[in-house]
Amino acid sequence: MSMHLWIIPLLPLTGAAINGLLGKRFPKALVNTIALGFTAAAFAMALWVAAQFAGLSPDQVPHIERYATWLSAGSFSAEYGIYLDQLSLVMLLIVTGVGFLIHVYSVGYMEHEGGYYRYFAYLNIFMFFMLTLVLANNYLLMFVGWEGVGLASYLLIGFWFLKKSAADAGKKAFITNRVGDFGFLIALFLLIKHFGTLQYDSLWKLVSQHPVESAGAGLLTAIGLLMLVGATGKSAQIPLYVWLPDAMEGPTPVSALIHAATMVTAGVYMVARSSPIFDRAPDARLAVAVIGTLTAIFAASIGIVQTDIKKVLAYSTISQLGYMFMACGVADYIGGIFHLMTHAFFKGLLFLAAGSIIHGLGGEQDMRRMGGLRKYLPYTFWSMTVATFAIAGLPPFAGFFSKDRILWSAWSRGNHIIWLIGVITAGMTSFYMFRLWFLTFFGEYRGPNPETAGHGHDADDAHATGGSHGHGAPHESPWVMVVPLMILALLSFVGGWVGVPHSLHGSDHFDAFLAPVFQAAAAGTTASEPAAETGVNSTELMFSGISVGLAALGLLLAWYLYYKRPELPARMAKAAGGLYILVLDKYKVDELYGAVIIQPLIALSTNVFWKGIDQGLIDRAVDEGAEGALETSDAMRHMQSGNIRSYAGWVAVGATAVIAFMVWRGLR
Amino acid sequence: MVPLSYYLVLSAVLFACGVAGFLIKRNIITIFLSIELMLNGVNLSFVAFAAQLKSLDGHIFVFFVMVVAAAEAAVGLAIIIAVFRTRETLNVDRVNLLRL
Repeated sequence: MSMHLWIIPLLPLTGAAINGLLGKRFPKALVNTIALGFTAAAFAMALWVAAQFAGLSPDQVPHIERYATWLSAGSFSAEYGIYLDQLSLVMLLIVTGVGFLIHVYSVGYMEHEGGYYRYFAYLNIFMFFMLTLVLANNYLLMFVGWEGVGLASYLLIGFWFLKKSAADAGKKAFITNRVGDFGFLIALFLLIKHFGTLQYDSLWKLVSQHPVESAGAGLLTAIGLLMLVGATGKSAQIPLYVWLPDAMEGPTPVSALIHAATMVTAGVYMVARSSPIFDRAPDARLAVAVIGTLTAIFAASIGIVQTDIKKVLAYSTISQLGYMFMACGVADYIGGIFHLMTHAFFKGLLFLAAGSIIHGLGGEQDMRRMGGLRKYLPYTFWSMTVATFAIAGLPPFAGFFSKDRILWSAWSRGNHIIWLIGVITAGMTSFYMFRLWFLTFFGEYRGPNPETAGHGHDADDAHATGGSHGHGAPHESPWVMVVPLMILALLSFVGGWVGVPHSLHGSDHFDAFLAPVFQAAAAGTTASEPAAETGVNSTELMFSGISVGLAALGLLLAWYLYYKRPELPARMAKAAGGLYILVLDKYKVDELYGAVIIQPLIALSTNVFWKGIDQGLIDRAVDEGAEGALETSDAMRHMQSGNIRSYAGWVAVGATAVIAFMVWRGLR
Repeated sequence: MVPLSYYLVLSAVLFACGVAGFLIKRNIITIFLSIELMLNGVNLSFVAFAAQLKSLDGHIFVFFVMVVAAAEAAVGLAIIIAVFRTRETLNVDRVNLLRL
């Protein structure tokens, strides 16, 4: 039975093509009708597919549809095909669902911006590539989506390309991603060389015959580590996370969709999809866990001191992605995907709410000039409150269930240090999120006086290309922006309930739903999980208590520092001195990369490749060749005099030479 | 019987005279005659070889050359008359419109 799944990615592509090619002449209403229509159709079809999927018997899963051979070379071939199992179904629903909501929100947010059609065409093309990425039935097609979302991300980060910082941020994101893609590509080459295929189904069969590389690192470890390099680029992990904070130069809905909810989770999806490889390469999987854990706490510590509301959320995204890697690294892929899903809800919501605040304040992003917004933006306040509680991991919000599952997996599988760092990070997360919450919504409004300042456009802002949008007092956003906020708030509230663990007397549907994907792959490896023990329930509850306690502590600390005694943080910052500055400067990682990698590369390119090889060798050879030809022909042109008898003379000389040569040959 | 080499030497001398005349002389008619001289020098070696090798091929070639030469004489003389009528000279060095 075919579900014609190929239609799903092609729907947004059609929207992108129509808007991108013709949209310049369309009125705004038509542009967003097209963009929203095709996205809604994709979401509707995804829902229909989910309904169909529920009717499949277990042996029909994964449901693979093959359409045509894309390329074949020798014994290797890749096809256009779609691989639908529980994992890609979850991703499909997240991408189309959250994507659609953010499209709706964008209609309000981008109303005053130039390049409206361009924006929606880019968003749609992003949807197309993201769907290709999650639905592909082989790594090569996945790589097409992988590169394509990078392109869409580049286009959207640099959407306000007249602003140099935005154009630079776009380039930085693209180039950093290329570094990771290089690793991913080599991993694919290794797979082709040793297994001769990139099709998931046949690849998993071959990989499952491979022994677990627990004694020493081997082929699968190498492949796993290279894939991890690719994932660190796309999912903003150490050492390649540097592009994500800068990516906040893009419009805020883009940050929500691409740089929080969907694209950056592609690395997690890829690692989870490659679980048969990682399960047989424990060293590579440990590297995933270590990278994820370090990233989680590292980014959280930067997030604590940032003052730009979007920067806080950006570092928070990096930190939460670290949790997902942590989960995959301890072989709890389901936990990783669970957190991916809840994170898509609450982080998408946080960004959209932040966008609503920025929109309401006419482009202000600095939290020091916000405050007291609770009464101006009530809907935004309430939805953001839900998201903040969710990300802080307080029950019964979505983030609690997913984060707790990850931490419990880390502990119960023996990675106690990872658990410890994870739980500390959970406390930090709660602190910086409530710091943001208190700074933004409580206290007094610290922005320009609503009565005297008729216009809030003085800041370097998201509305750089807008203009006709006068700003008085902060105001609530239009309905088209508020409704997506409320839907996402609902999801952030209840989204975790699909995975209530057994220890809380839940039935953990999410685990049961996704388990077949990873059970088959893990068969015969160390990752095949010990069956759910009943005896650990109380321990598990205790650990939940610890993390909730830490989250509550973070809340209290934030309340004390940013609500009760708002003058304290500045004094503490002064007391911390150099350390505070270092963290505020994001540990100077950008400067370090600049000095260690970028400057030497520029020097090498300038002095050796440009001035040495290009100018000195290649250009010079061409120039001298041309000059030589000129000089030779200058000498030769005197032979072509136009004098017939001189031509005849040359003929005679030539004939004589030929005869002389033949006579000489004859005499020899 | 006269040896073959005598004919060939005479033929070469005739051809060389033709070449020299072609290169040195300025009068178009003289150049034209020099060309005829070269052709007939070649003809002589053809018939000499034909006689030597008892083959008819050489004779046939000579007839062809004669036919071509006759045609060339007709066309060439017509050109010479046309040149003389327009430029009133037979000096090749002054017929140089196409010169660089």
